Amino acid sequence: MNYNWNWGIFFELEPGASGNYLQYLFGGLGWTMITALLAWSLALLLGVLVGTLRTTGHKGVERVCLAYTELFRNVPLLVQMFLWYFVLPELVPRDTGNAIKAMPPPWGSLVPSVLCLGTFMSVRVAEQVRSGIQSLPRGQQMAGLAIGLSRTQTYRYVLLPMVFRIILPPLTSEFLNTIKNSSLALTIGLMELTARTRAMQEFTFQVFEAFASATVIYLIVNLLVVLAMRQVERKVRVPGFIGAQTHTVTAGH
Amino acid sequence: MNIKRVSVLAAGIAALCMAISASANTLDKVKQSGVFTIGHRDASIPLSYYDDKQQPIGYSMDLCMKVAEAVKKELNLPNMEIKYQLVTSANRIPLLANGTVDIECGSTTNNADRQKQVSYLPTTFVTANRLVYKKNSGIKKLADLKGKTLVSTAGSTNIKGVTEMNASQNLGISIVSANGHAESFLMVETGRAAAFAMDDILLAGLVANSKAPGDYEISGEALSVEPYGIMVRKDDPKFKKLADGVISGLMTSGGINSIYDKWFMKPIPPKGITMNVPMSANLKKVIASPTDSPDPAVYK
Amino acid sequence: MGYDFDFDVIERSWVYLFREGMTFSVTLTLLATGLGIVLGTLLALMRLSSYRTFNMVAGTYVNTMRSLPLVLVIFWFFFLVPYIGGWLSGSNQPMKVGAFSSALITFTMFEAAFFCEIMRAGIQSIPKGQMGAGYALGLNYRQTMSYIVLPQAFRNMLPVLLTQTIILFQDTSLVYVISSTDFLGAASKVANRDHRLVEMYTFAALVYFVICFTASMYVRKLQARISIVR
Repeated sequence: MNYNWNWGIFFELEPGASGNYLQYLFGGLGWTMITALLAWSLALLLGVLVGTLRTTGHKGVERVCLAYTELFRNVPLLVQMFLWYFVLPELVPRDTGNAIKAMPPPWGSLVPSVLCLGTFMSVRVAEQVRSGIQSLPRGQQMAGLAIGLSRTQTYRYVLLPMVFRIILPPLTSEFLNTIKNSSLALTIGLMELTARTRAMQEFTFQVFEAFASATVIYLIVNLLVVLAMRQVERKVRVPGFIGAQTHTVTAGH
Repeated sequence: MNIKRVSVLAAGIAALCMAISASANTLDKVKQSGVFTIGHRDASIPLSYYDDKQQPIGYSMDLCMKVAEAVKKELNLPNMEIKYQLVTSANRIPLLANGTVDIECGSTTNNADRQKQVSYLPTTFVTANRLVYKKNSGIKKLADLKGKTLVSTAGSTNIKGVTEMNASQNLGISIVSANGHAESFLMVETGRAAAFAMDDILLAGLVANSKAPGDYEISGEALSVEPYGIMVRKDDPKFKKLADGVISGLMTSGGINSIYDKWFMKPIPPKGITMNVPMSANLKKVIASPTDSPDPAVYK
Repeated sequence: MGYDFDFDVIERSWVYLFREGMTFSVTLTLLATGLGIVLGTLLALMRLSSYRTFNMVAGTYVNTMRSLPLVLVIFWFFFLVPYIGGWLSGSNQPMKVGAFSSALITFTMFEAAFFCEIMRAGIQSIPKGQMGAGYALGLNYRQTMSYIVLPQAFRNMLPVLLTQTIILFQDTSLVYVISSTDFLGAASKVANRDHRLVEMYTFAALVYFVICFTASMYVRKLQARISIVR
């Protein structure tokens, strides 16, 4: 087969006339980052909540959190995306369902993607937070209670600040995972980077140019995030408490 | 380490570039492997689609089987195996180019852009790009979709066409792409999109097989002319000559008329519905003089 | 809830779903895991070796694979493998590769990067004394590795390896993007054909949940049983 190379394709105008293909792809990168950041915020919120609740020692609460964790962990992310996008509007009352379905693109795809990705990653964050809290000496919590702080205050002022510093490295890799997982939103119509790469391939038939550029962009983003987080880690590191998590290898990506 | 990483990757990609200079020779390939792979669609009714036993059937499929028989005879391979590979609008051209399929039998529009990457057998159907929408939506033409959502199938000429029209005419339509014709139609059915832009024959098939065919209407306005042709690899003169001969032969002998009737004028699986689409004047014209031209003006 | 459910569609199609779809998913998972662990162990040894070239090549490979979304890697291999195959086999044709083979190669190569990191941690967790004792007995590097270190590393990391396998099983659903018929793809086909998205996707989610949950319960039990007290 003859593949005709055309690296100049990047400077050609894309069919929607919003710019050339390079700008088109960078627009996709923008959507990737927006989705990832919004989902990550949601994940942090829910994850810290669920993670701390699991350490309270209250059996009922712990069971609920365990069920939440197991539910979102054992269903593939792609299936979850479909459930949020296709199934949810059909299960709510008809009017709400129609309102959801009438959401114009890209919001119609962005909102389910963010919710899906956020809840999925919140489980990973919860696990990190939980093991972070459990890795702290028990004396910390006892000391907090002993000086008159309530349990909530102990968590807020004593435990969680330390936990965040400890789990920063694994949280960085979870954020990178969020960026990578945002690519699954292409199946529900969000035109993020991988979706736009595929669209570019479909319009121009320049398969390798399109995918090579997407690969390079993802690698560069990865690099930038790692470098940025390294700076943050350096600033917030507590001497003597170098990541309890850094050498633990867990499965997953 | 980081510069190194990127440069090792660049070297790898360069090596890959050099690997991709292979020539196409379908007949040799089939002779060597004993397998002839036919690329087909899943929901391009009645040209190439799944019946209810998930077997690929259709008008284009019947034409391709004739080509396959000719290949079998030409190569003298009575035990030649025919494999079927599902393709989508998005991946049919790359899969043909990289050898996963040897011939693509679906509902593929012949145009000049695509002819840079692939070749076509003589045009076997002429259709037009139209919209389907719910009757009660008040839509009649493309301009009515201002501010609304239009869906089309990824990788089709239709989605490229409407994207360009949207930009050049400043219509302000939100265009969404879906993975396949069935999914796109479902979006209109469930109300996620106001209209679906696709070739009218495919729209007719989807509407006929839907839950409530009476709810839908296909626009009178034709956005473009789409001649369908079976796709084969580029720069493969021996195979193209053989396959061209089969199709032109069917056209001159009139064998194509009975195949056409079988799929467009009689009841078809899975529901036994009749499409009832008599041969258009455009199609009669190309059957009288077979052509694989990508120029829409030829088909008017 | 104004939706009229029709769970009949599951009854009519479950044979197809499991016979075509689940077979694909499970076969892909098992084969990719087996090959991935082999390749991953090789990569881990390369990363731990003192030869800088091995180190760098394996390191670049693993870091690249871990930085890219799996969807992108699937697309790459789907379009690329026939060319590579043709080039390797020396023919001037792109080699014909079916969807399953392409998916198998993709998943093996992608997951090998993760298995590499797991095996590397496993090997590094074995006390240096073990290697030393091996050499003292007169065994060479290859023998020490294969008879002494790797079996222990493998046993230590077994729960993590199995968890990664479960994740691999979930990831096989991504072949949807190349229109392959794994379990999710089969469910999707039936859903689109019969206009029954809700029932089919819910059913698919349920099946995945049951399988993965049971598997992870088993891994947890296994972890408790084989953990070596040091």
